[in-house]
Amino acid sequence: MKYIYYPGCSLEESAIEYDGATRALMAELGEELIDIEDWNCCGATAAEPMSELLSFVLPARNIALAEKIKNAGDILVPCSACYLNLKKVMVERDKDENLSHNIDEALAVDDLKIKGTRRVRHLLDVLAHDIGAARIAQGVMNPLKGLKIAPYYGCQCLRPYGGFDDPEEPVTMTGLIEACGADVFPWDSSAVCCGASGMNTKREVSGKLVQKILMDARGADAIVTVCPMCQMNLEGFQKSVARGTSEDLSITVLYLPQLLGLAMGLSEEAVMLHKNLAVADTFLEVL
Amino acid sequence: MITTTHIKELLSTCMQCGTCTASCPNAFAMDMPPRKLWRLVLMDRTEDIFNSNTFALCSTCYFCTLRCPRGLPLTRAMSLLKEQAFKAKTPGYKKGTAFYGSFMESVRRHGRVRETEFMTLYFMAMKNPLLPLEFTGIGLKLMKKNKVAIQLPSRADGSNLDRLFQKVREIEDRA
Ligand code: SF4
Ligand code: SF4
Repeated sequence: MKYIYYPGCSLEESAIEYDGATRALMAELGEELIDIEDWNCCGATAAEPMSELLSFVLPARNIALAEKIKNAGDILVPCSACYLNLKKVMVERDKDENLSHNIDEALAVDDLKIKGTRRVRHLLDVLAHDIGAARIAQGVMNPLKGLKIAPYYGCQCLRPYGGFDDPEEPVTMTGLIEACGADVFPWDSSAVCCGASGMNTKREVSGKLVQKILMDARGADAIVTVCPMCQMNLEGFQKSVARGTSEDLSITVLYLPQLLGLAMGLSEEAVMLHKNLAVADTFLEVL
Repeated sequence: MITTTHIKELLSTCMQCGTCTASCPNAFAMDMPPRKLWRLVLMDRTEDIFNSNTFALCSTCYFCTLRCPRGLPLTRAMSLLKEQAFKAKTPGYKKGTAFYGSFMESVRRHGRVRETEFMTLYFMAMKNPLLPLEFTGIGLKLMKKNKVAIQLPSRADGSNLDRLFQKVREIEDRA
């Protein structure tokens, strides 16, 4: 199936390696991605606190654009915040006629309309269920033997809608990590909150959440994420949140498609590992 | 004008069990637990609600929404409180208003957010000369990795979202 690809703003800047690794991995798997031309920001977590209607209209515009693409399947979204925003439009417009009407009215200024013909899918869902661990395992050239990988799902790919995984105790990454030859690091922080944009506006509070996650991850060789905001919070503040703990909280943090890509023999350049903010030398030596 | 009537309607069946509070990762820093905030909304205690830091600390993890035995849309209620605080420019929500407002201003101008512009707008809106210092660590890391785009992304045709933003406001004002 051809996927319609919605990268979202982060994947053009601070999360460019998530974009690069996703494209490289899907190409390696023989899956075609079709870009939505003229896509716009989904509103991230910023539109909703400003205007609830805007938080529906911004992602809706992208869905309407995606529906115009012929001969293609689901909309593939790697960023969890973008995923939730797009998914929310599809779920809530079905429940609320007034909302659906308002979305249509707003989109009409751009001559667009949603029909509801496309499904919105998170990258993790597609990797776990469309591709599947068996196909990943078949392609593994460089088994990551002995590595303990802590899967971090965060919030917005799981909650509130769930759908492809358990919203409290998610498991979809387990098979994918094992397919790489690595071990899943057992821990309790896989579905807790990283503080999201609070790392910018309420760092004294969100820093505590990040600290707890990194404390829990001690003993793992790397944390694997599926969201640019989680990735940034976990990789970008390791030294500052370690202050006052007498612990070294530095740990490799990478995106799931980077891990899968490396196991499947893609080069560090191909998965853009040089762009990550936290990759330990010891991790590179194992590769 | 601040109104919470539409939020009150969403919460009418709250039975004050406290599952939301017990599930909230940020409750430790809130001056009032979520359960108590809902009670105040039901009692129309507008001033107390917007003097509290509780809704501003919601990081939209959706645990409360998932677990509320009454199935109430609690994360949405938090966001609707933020929306009211944003529109009324309440002093306690200044940082949130500046942060989200700057983000969306960049989106309105270009269709996509430009991270550097957004942070510059945010610093300007906060008028706090020390604030940028909080970001030097992460900023330097991103710069070293060449992740602060000089060639800024925009929608392919370079247009902005002015008309869409205006239309949304028009629909909201009518309601
Ligand atoms: S979990 Fe639901 S019912 Fe229980 S106190 Fe919170 S809002 Fe009320
Ligand atoms: S969604 Fe907000 S209020 Fe609810 S548990 Fe998460 S942080 Fe707390």
